[in-house]
Amino acid sequence: MSTVTTETPTYVGKRIKRKEDPRMITGTATYLDDIKLPNMHFAAIVRSQYAAARIDRIDTSAALALPGVVAVFTGADLEGVGNVPCGVSLPGLRIPPHPILAQGRTYFVGHPVAVVVANDPYLARDGAELVEVEYTPQPGVSDPEKALEPGAPAVHPEWPDNVAFVHKQENGDVDAAFAGAEVIVKQRMLQPRVVANPMEARGAIGDYKSAEGTLTLHSSTQIPHLLRSIAAAVLGVPEHKMRVIAPEVGGGFGCKADVYAEELLVCFLSRKLARPVKWVEGRREHFQATSQGRGHVDYYELAAKRDGTILGIKLKIIQDIGSHQQLLTPLIPTLSVLMLPGLYRCKTFRAEVVGAFTNCFPTDAYRGAGRPEATYGIERIVDCLAVELGIDAAEIRLKNFIEPQEFPFSTGTGLIYDSGSYAATLGIALETVGYAALREEQRAARAAGRLMGIGIATYGEICAFGPSPYTPAGGWESATVRIEPSGQVTVHTGISPHGQGEETTFAQIAADELGVSMDDVVIVHGDTAIVQYGIGTFGSRGTAVGGTAMFLAIEELKKKILKYGAMLLETEEVEFSAGRVVCNKTGASVTVAQIAAASYRALKLPPGTEPGLVATSFWEPTNFTFPFGAHIVVTDVDPDTGEVKITRYVAVDDCGKIINPLIVAGQIHGGVAQGIGQALYEQMSYDENGQILSGEFTDYAMPKAANIPFIESLHTETPSPVNPLGVKGVGEAGAIGAPPAIVNSVVDALSHLGIRHLDMPLTPEKVWTAIQGARA
Amino acid sequence: MISQEFDYAAPDTVQAALELLAEPGARPLAGGMSLIPLMKLRLTAPEKLVDLRRIPSLRSIRREGAFLHIGAMVTHYELESAPLIRQECPLLAASAAAIGDVQIRNSGTIGGSVAHADPAADYPAGLLALEARVHLTGPTGEREMAFEEFVLDPFTTAIEPGELVTAVLVPVEDPGTGVYYQKHPQPASGFPMVGVAARIRRQNGHISFARLGVTGLSGKGYRAREVEARLIGKAGAEAEVKDAAAATADGVEASSDIHASAAYRSHLACVAAARSILRSLSAAN
Repeated sequence: MSTVTTETPTYVGKRIKRKEDPRMITGTATYLDDIKLPNMHFAAIVRSQYAAARIDRIDTSAALALPGVVAVFTGADLEGVGNVPCGVSLPGLRIPPHPILAQGRTYFVGHPVAVVVANDPYLARDGAELVEVEYTPQPGVSDPEKALEPGAPAVHPEWPDNVAFVHKQENGDVDAAFAGAEVIVKQRMLQPRVVANPMEARGAIGDYKSAEGTLTLHSSTQIPHLLRSIAAAVLGVPEHKMRVIAPEVGGGFGCKADVYAEELLVCFLSRKLARPVKWVEGRREHFQATSQGRGHVDYYELAAKRDGTILGIKLKIIQDIGSHQQLLTPLIPTLSVLMLPGLYRCKTFRAEVVGAFTNCFPTDAYRGAGRPEATYGIERIVDCLAVELGIDAAEIRLKNFIEPQEFPFSTGTGLIYDSGSYAATLGIALETVGYAALREEQRAARAAGRLMGIGIATYGEICAFGPSPYTPAGGWESATVRIEPSGQVTVHTGISPHGQGEETTFAQIAADELGVSMDDVVIVHGDTAIVQYGIGTFGSRGTAVGGTAMFLAIEELKKKILKYGAMLLETEEVEFSAGRVVCNKTGASVTVAQIAAASYRALKLPPGTEPGLVATSFWEPTNFTFPFGAHIVVTDVDPDTGEVKITRYVAVDDCGKIINPLIVAGQIHGGVAQGIGQALYEQMSYDENGQILSGEFTDYAMPKAANIPFIESLHTETPSPVNPLGVKGVGEAGAIGAPPAIVNSVVDALSHLGIRHLDMPLTPEKVWTAIQGARA
Repeated sequence: MISQEFDYAAPDTVQAALELLAEPGARPLAGGMSLIPLMKLRLTAPEKLVDLRRIPSLRSIRREGAFLHIGAMVTHYELESAPLIRQECPLLAASAAAIGDVQIRNSGTIGGSVAHADPAADYPAGLLALEARVHLTGPTGEREMAFEEFVLDPFTTAIEPGELVTAVLVPVEDPGTGVYYQKHPQPASGFPMVGVAARIRRQNGHISFARLGVTGLSGKGYRAREVEARLIGKAGAEAEVKDAAAATADGVEASSDIHASAAYRSHLACVAAARSILRSLSAAN
């Protein structure tokens, strides 16, 4: 495959401020709730306050009598609309029917039971308060492990074992590896449920035009095209008459790479009422009815030699599915299995995933989606092994790393790691943090009664989703590049950025490739009526897959530009250089703008060449990419209170070629902050029946600015051979590296007390209780 | 997160406010940092809000003899930053500075907080240690009472129907008093899981005066009188302080929730008490 442009890059690799920011900073960006359509109605949803209940009676008369209320619909009124879909197929996968309004029974707190439509959002909410629902509460279950126990309340009565699926994968002679092991370490680990909580919650507007039979769905989504295909099918609308618009989207973190009941509901309502209908998610609704992340119980076993060589890994994952299967719910834990060996050479493993239904909203993708869970598990159990053997945490990793000359490396799980230099990256992290001196400091601290910890986590991740055979909906990406008659450039990308900054990074790439100013490039995305079909933004795929599609479309255009240049210069000896076609012999040249003007004016055309300068590429990647890195965290633990303070955070990340260091820094900072949240603060809490205990920000602890330390962020750049840009992806790296690095650090601080593991989040009470227990 | 419909009035005198508040379903709005969220969650639905923000007499801070008279509508940020408060009652400034974030401190008021009587508010620790007084104005006149008597139960005070908290009175701090507010926030809300405020004076090398207010631990803030008594006459060595502070949660029914058990909160109260006393001692002459 060809490599990056031979011209000196003007923009790529530079810290360039984001083109997106002025409209956000000045408050002129248009988010979903800013959209006001003529004659628009507003929907408010009546949600179940019980996790599991029978609906005995719904009385909508008082709501209907309220002036301003236009209509009330319940599950009995649904017609012409299918169920919320699951896009994953696995052998034996149980997909419970998921109607957009509850049918006689509720399965989670927040389950939509009825919807009130009014000509004003306040009146819609008032009307929702007036809908009377009589429930008979049923026993529910929220703990996935307890859900699998005999006699647990059945989430779906037709499946009393609560098993959603069982997925097994194995490689090598695992039994022999464990039988021959000199040491085996085992640990049960929890990955509590976390809530995505983008600053902008979800929202959708359905706009059906009966005269044309067209349906426009505005939605705060990461996947406008996939949403269009799915919603059209569920609603029975011809796909070419359906349009999805993703306006400015204020973050997603995976929770908007999904298809929700409410998106289908507003379309249903608009078709019924012949008016645009808007629904905007409140924060409480977000806690109740938007897909959540993680939700694992993991059982790890590691077989090793006494010198620290890993021989085999066993893993059982109990995945909290929730009540239903959202778009990718069952896929996520299978990704954890793919990444189970981390950066280590060991190919022998046995993994089993058991999906457990619970009376909670479904889990689904959340920043990292399966890879943070896998990284946490392997990095914790490797630390357990290091402690067991008395080997330094850095040394045991260096001993087991895949080495640079082994790439491309086939893992036991079926992946082919593209490139890497793991030891070098860890080496830089160790040197930056001053590892040897820190260990000395730790010895002194312990002698003085202080609890100081040093935690190392190395990670690898799968990015650039991905080769289509391995993705549920196609893993390619598309781009159309138009050079306008003026020479200015319009790019239509199939990805759907919602904070990642590709309006900037793609413009950098395009401007460099075409030798034009970044100001002369605009990146358009998120509207299925404008942009050719695409897949969307998730799984750190935007630049690696979508950027490559754009790059290839530009390469195609350059051939045409050369033909026009040759014609205008009346010579065949031309080359493209810095925005010009240049005659090799005379040095005479024409600019891209001149060529664009000539191609659209079309007074004369090169032989066999059409007017205009437009090219489209659909690029199918041959492999995933595999970024990696090493994070080292130093903590102080307050022995009297159990409070954890992060005193150093060193992150060395390799995301391949860096397009814009400023944006990469933002992704690392944001990801690390999110990882700190998961490690120390965040946990979605339910009582045993599924009643929500942390349903708003007063009880669900997000990390705050004051909780985030200075992050010493460094990079190595190992280009990916998978795509011509050499990029790998960086959106999820911080959230993957941080949790194991922090937990390893705190456990390290307490290891001399005999403490071997603590489960996230590391609340002060949990840490203090462990210290008390160890001292008792 | 949309409230029910309500009327709104913003009178410019206390008298006018009292008249408006005599109407059924009317409630005073004093910053709205707690009331507005409760309304948005539809946990409460006043028919009319009487906003006190335009009443000048409620916005002043002035010295009255040995006391500082703080209008009910003085914001947390004003208390945190006003030179008079920082100099003459540093514990109150520290308490105000510990509340929420800058936006909240710029909107929330001391009168609103005191009248709301949230058991996890920051102020009670400091106000108890300061032996603050609450000034009330009602249809039949004015009265004053100790803050300690004023709060009856969680979210319940001695305010009579139609009455308003119009001021809070705190003493001008005696020079040489060391003060400190030690807070351990609940990680989500930022409210104190436990907060302990201390005021300590020493005479001839021994503790001669100790006031300790505790908030967050239980249904209402309280004075840790046993700890105060144990401190009197002590030199203030760390072991002595810890020994005294160990009584901080004695006899208190500590709260328990998803953030911390009663046992941990009680322990944390003792740790916070010891730390606030030690910090106060190091600041005391």
